[in-house]
Amino acid sequence: MDFGNILLGAVNEFFTPTTAAYALAALGLAVHFGYTGLLNFGQAGFMAIGAYGFAIPTLSFNAPLPVALLIAMLASVAFAVILGLPTLRLRADYLAIVTIAAAEIVRYIVTTNGLTEVTGSANGLAAFEGGFYSLNPFAPGVYNLGPFSLNERDLWIRVVAWTVVALACVVIWLLVRSPWGRVVKGIREDENAVRSLGKNVYAYKMQALIIGGMLGSLAGIIFTLPRGAVQPANYGTELTFFLYTALLLGGMSTVLGPVIGAMIFWAVLSLTQGLLYGAIESGAITFLNTTQAGQLRYILVGVALMLLMIFRPQGVLGNKKELSFA
Amino acid sequence: MSHQAQSPQPGRRPGAHAAEPAPETAVESVPSSHEESWAANKYMTDDRPIAADTAAPGCRKRDPILIASNVTRTYGGINAVDVEHVEIPRNKITALIGPNGAGKTTLFNLLTGFDTPQSGEWRFEDRDLAGVSAYKVARLGMVRTFQLTKVMGKLTVLENMRLGANEQPGEALRRALFRPLWKKRENEITEQADALLAKFKLDTKRSDYAASLSGGQRKLLEMARALMVNPKLVMLDEPMAGVNPALTQSLLDHIKNLKAEGMTVLFVEHDMHMVRHIADWVIVMAEGKVVAEGPPGEVMKDQAVIDAYLGAHHDVDLGDSEGFEKLEAVLEKDPESDIQGGESLAPVIIEERKDTA
Repeated sequence: MDFGNILLGAVNEFFTPTTAAYALAALGLAVHFGYTGLLNFGQAGFMAIGAYGFAIPTLSFNAPLPVALLIAMLASVAFAVILGLPTLRLRADYLAIVTIAAAEIVRYIVTTNGLTEVTGSANGLAAFEGGFYSLNPFAPGVYNLGPFSLNERDLWIRVVAWTVVALACVVIWLLVRSPWGRVVKGIREDENAVRSLGKNVYAYKMQALIIGGMLGSLAGIIFTLPRGAVQPANYGTELTFFLYTALLLGGMSTVLGPVIGAMIFWAVLSLTQGLLYGAIESGAITFLNTTQAGQLRYILVGVALMLLMIFRPQGVLGNKKELSFA
Repeated sequence: MSHQAQSPQPGRRPGAHAAEPAPETAVESVPSSHEESWAANKYMTDDRPIAADTAAPGCRKRDPILIASNVTRTYGGINAVDVEHVEIPRNKITALIGPNGAGKTTLFNLLTGFDTPQSGEWRFEDRDLAGVSAYKVARLGMVRTFQLTKVMGKLTVLENMRLGANEQPGEALRRALFRPLWKKRENEITEQADALLAKFKLDTKRSDYAASLSGGQRKLLEMARALMVNPKLVMLDEPMAGVNPALTQSLLDHIKNLKAEGMTVLFVEHDMHMVRHIADWVIVMAEGKVVAEGPPGEVMKDQAVIDAYLGAHHDVDLGDSEGFEKLEAVLEKDPESDIQGGESLAPVIIEERKDTA
């Protein structure tokens, strides 16, 4: 077993575009759940809306990148409004039920055979990333960053993805420390009290739902670009729960927590995979094959989450004091 | 609140002034730093009659701030609230009393937009409030607190206070990102909050999480936070519930101060002592209806109120053995009470409580 390589592989996961996408989507969940108290279980749906909202215009009518991006964001806002209108007046748990259902509805719609020409059905869509890579300022070649060597496409998507994450973090940080953030946190604690102080709780909840949803949709785009394909199977309910894992790992009422959480999530997955595969190949583990090992690592992530909840419930960055009154 | 507890303030217990004729005299027995400033205050010294004519359930007021007519709310066939007409006098402290389930809190909810009545109309300062949502009602200057105290536990005391302030431009999403646009107002708000916190003796808790406060301190914080809205009418739902006797006096002073500052107060309370002590006007509800109204001294003598709510022996202080002896003496004369009969538990209980008092 080459521990050096396994470790390098884990470190590499810190900076992949997929990790960036998870960080961004989890940041959206932090706005929803960590700050506003909206239990959104449909973040995968927002990601799918972003990915399809970007891919469909590009492929169907050759929309240039900014237009496709705009359409994706508008679709995301529309999705948030449709979800929010009937549910935000109700108790928080209803939103959870509706969002989980809505995300599944999105996934089933894009899988429908009748829409194959538009959505590609179960095969999804591909070859829509040309516009993005044509903007690549990096000359073709191999770039060596420490122990990692990337081609110009890898480098470009990483630079863009993490720039977006950094910008989103700054914006959210500015928002949550503003009076707007105070109202939203107040809603998380007790929305009737906030209402009794003359704040339009419904509007604030809607704004938070839209902002977090847009971050989710941006994440969906970043998630699909390096793959060059969008497939409905990627946007199942488990994606939402992975995002919640990342959020809880990092600390749910923090700005950098979701980012750190996503990094840890992927590093741990990579590490356990490397170790398990290495052990199987070297014959140390004989009772598992590599497919089973691939599934086992998700079990290990679950165990890690449980341990974290027991011994550090506030997450890596969270404030312990906030939880002592939970 | 247990009246058996040793109160640190003699003269604060109901019995100490139960024998006194007018409730106003109770004030004199409590030395208060506010007395002098109140003596010159136009709101405190205004003793023009509150009612436009004679005090009766649903009577007109000389200067009402809130008027409700035919307000009904039913829950599955039960009339929770069925108020024909009620007016709340401006710049006065009005108490809303009544037995459990009389519809006091429901009326609060209806008036403040937290619940919608099946019928009726209600106006605040001549503005029709039918269909106006709760947050708009609050913005009009009609702010309420809750029976089960609502503080934002995971915000600091100061943030709780700041949340109450209005006209903070930074609360709008489009301006929130730009600190210079709301920094000035934030400083003003913080100043106002600090002043109120000092008044309510919460200034040392300023940066603690509100969840770390005691029940009584939360009541204070909730009231102080409501004042951040600069309300015209403050509606307090059981401000005394769960507040320790040492805090009650300061809470009473705070409420009287609201009146001195020109606010109108409407409160729900079960503590009759508090009602006598600070209320200018008392409205009694029972089974969703207003059954009596008037100045506290008169309402408490009203036979209907005594029967419905106070109980026949409400003026006996059970806080000391003297009170129990008095109660025994009264009960002996009471035809309904069977103090000699062997079946009654009353004498046993009285004896027991006499020992513990």
